[in-house]
Amino acid sequence: MYPDYMAESLRKVEQTRPKRLELARKSEPVYPLMNAEERQKVLEGFHPDYEPSARRAVCVGPNKGEKLTTEVSDLLESHSWLTSEQVDLSKPDIETDVLIIGGGGAGCNAALIAMREHGVKSVIATKLRMGDANTMMSQGGMQAAVSRTDSPTRHYLDAIGGGHFENKPELVKALTEDGPAVVKWLEELGVVWDKEEDGSMKVMHGGGTSRKRMMSCRDYTGAMIMRTLMDEVRNHPDMITVKEFMPAVELIMDSEGKCAGAVLYNMDSEEFFTVKAKSTIIATGGYGRLHIRGYDTTNHYGATGDGLVMAYRAGAKLMYMDSVQYHPTGVSFPEQIAGFLVTEAIRGAGGQPLNKDGELFVFPREPRDIEASAIIRECVQNGNGITTPSGRVGVWLDSPLIDMLHGEGYTERHFPAMYRQFIRYGIDITKLPMLIYPSLHYQNGGIEINEKCETDIPGLYVAGEASGGLHGRNRLMGNSVLDYNVFGIRAGRYASEYAKKAKLGKLSVAHLDAYEKQLKDANVKTDLVTPILLPSYAPKDVKKRQLVRGGNTLPGSSVLQNRLHDDAFSPAGAK
Amino acid sequence: MVNAPAGASSGLSSSQKDAQQDKAAESLITVYIMGKAYEVPAKATIMGAIEYAGHQIIRGAGCREGYCGACATIYRLPGDYKIRTGLACMTMVEDGMTLAQIPSVPAEKAIYDIEKLKPDVTAIQQMYPTVFRCVACGTCTKSCPQGLQVMDYVQAAKRGDIASVMDLSFDCVVCGLCMLRCPAEITQPLMGIMAKRLYGRYLRKDSPELAERVKAVEDGVYEAEYAEMMSMDREALTKRYYARDSE
Repeated sequence: MYPDYMAESLRKVEQTRPKRLELARKSEPVYPLMNAEERQKVLEGFHPDYEPSARRAVCVGPNKGEKLTTEVSDLLESHSWLTSEQVDLSKPDIETDVLIIGGGGAGCNAALIAMREHGVKSVIATKLRMGDANTMMSQGGMQAAVSRTDSPTRHYLDAIGGGHFENKPELVKALTEDGPAVVKWLEELGVVWDKEEDGSMKVMHGGGTSRKRMMSCRDYTGAMIMRTLMDEVRNHPDMITVKEFMPAVELIMDSEGKCAGAVLYNMDSEEFFTVKAKSTIIATGGYGRLHIRGYDTTNHYGATGDGLVMAYRAGAKLMYMDSVQYHPTGVSFPEQIAGFLVTEAIRGAGGQPLNKDGELFVFPREPRDIEASAIIRECVQNGNGITTPSGRVGVWLDSPLIDMLHGEGYTERHFPAMYRQFIRYGIDITKLPMLIYPSLHYQNGGIEINEKCETDIPGLYVAGEASGGLHGRNRLMGNSVLDYNVFGIRAGRYASEYAKKAKLGKLSVAHLDAYEKQLKDANVKTDLVTPILLPSYAPKDVKKRQLVRGGNTLPGSSVLQNRLHDDAFSPAGAK
Repeated sequence: MVNAPAGASSGLSSSQKDAQQDKAAESLITVYIMGKAYEVPAKATIMGAIEYAGHQIIRGAGCREGYCGACATIYRLPGDYKIRTGLACMTMVEDGMTLAQIPSVPAEKAIYDIEKLKPDVTAIQQMYPTVFRCVACGTCTKSCPQGLQVMDYVQAAKRGDIASVMDLSFDCVVCGLCMLRCPAEITQPLMGIMAKRLYGRYLRKDSPELAERVKAVEDGVYEAEYAEMMSMDREALTKRYYARDSE
């Protein structure tokens, strides 16, 4: 339940509701849309990326000198777990055609396509369980231009405008033209899409869409897709080997500069294993668990940007790693679920963001960075947010409108996960609004790819959230679900095509030593060792006791004790 | 410029931040994590409490938002004989609670070719015959942290009613608690996944516009417009974007 002091504000929301409901029933927007200048102004004033400390130049590697998100620069300016002399490459522990790092949506698609189209075997190495990925958590839907009023080229225009015209055009073309075929591919695998009575796809709006093209599976869209893909992967144990709790910690190269596999790490036994592969696909997802700018995140436990740093050490260039997506609607109250995702489909179905006086202050479906910035502006500049007992702030998201617009029972039927999330804390979202605030959601940039998922390292492919270029500096809702399907499929196709003719030279991890030398030459002082693998949520006093053995100065002798550096334990001189 | 919002944390999970605030307020309670007593914040989730106690979870945490089923937990409360179940990320601690996580439930997934199955009772008979051992005790339903009518979908599977299995198991997060508690040793969630796939594959009306659109893309219908937009400079593209109509 909401605390008593919020009653006055809730009463105002109820008071303004009939009028807002009337607005929502009309075909015009319920609030004026921003033009290009207004968009730029709210971004520059209020988007967290525009704060001066949000970016700093990275001083090593392929993007040296470029300003990146500060936490990303920290991540990249870090030590490897390994040096070349520690790794014996004379006899690889595992050999395969295609190594897929990451067992989420992109990785599973890649493995299935490698098998189906080219008869190529693969190994999926994943940090947690297969399916422990942001894919599992996407609620609202997937964009694809299927309706008769829509077209792939219109989807292209929406996506590229949402990304402020900085998206790589060939990637957006690939995304939007493959969209309809992905819907069909997933349906043939057994994904239960929401449909109309006549069999046509049920479509909704998302932020920045000019046609209704959001397809869904109630609000378990990602879970449905992920479980279907996983189930199919497990139907082919002879072709696809799944190694769970076995994250990659470094890439292996060959003497000619091609990617030739990876070093894996067993989370249970803390052993390292070498994998020789003719081609390698990075499908490691995003970085929400870096808690950029201290934000809560909607991301899963393992989203620590592992693929970024591995690829970067090996020489792959990153793109748009100065841009972070904050989802406009993360939970602000109750405290126990703060930061959790409230699907954009709530706004797609008619939910409206409101200030403490129950008034609209932004069109509910601006592109995400615009919407999030407008919400921050309303709270921080205009002081029109609602403060929670623990000192968070938020605005209302008026969900009761949904049943009023679509009929009683609609919310429970179409948003069962959301309903369940809040009713546990005594908040019935069909009767009361939700209190929300932007939450760290998505890595807009990543390792630069082309439409074949190739990087500037031969034999290294990237798909899904780990890749960069597709979304420019802002992704639209529903384009990530389509992204990991389209580019997971493409990565599987092109990586296996390549694997069939690739010849590997002598294996090497000399790039790790070279990178370490760059750090030394740049005078970087850090106690951070990466990939991070898992965040730690132990309280500080507990952490301190955990690190006694290392004299409180080392990140720890075990990979699992390595954490994002914490001021309390940094050696003198470390930043 | 904006200061870090009140909604931001310092790299800590919400439950943990909650934890730290509560520690200051001295509102700690005792829970028994795998038999060992820990003082934890009264308002924490089970997952928050385990991390507050200093455990690094490897198995037993995934999405942390109630979708992935990694954090199945069983517990008892003082003076109560009942075994209770929950997802650690979604369930609040209570004073005197004694708990253990069950992050993996042994179960054998049937290997099948969906193209060779029929969407009726024969698929259940061939792939998950244990379903027919159901004695309708309702333990599965009682143990479901999602509040699903698990026994009802097992009964529907026995009748070959694939549509009902799909509908009733739609929100299953495959935490495995029902199959752990089932006296007939049925693997309900795995059967549910197969039924959903059969429904999606065979029991829907096809979307006519989907097939048309896929063909249109293959036939290159949109190539000219793509080429046009891809050759536009930023200014022209911006103009076109802001001028587009909206549905």
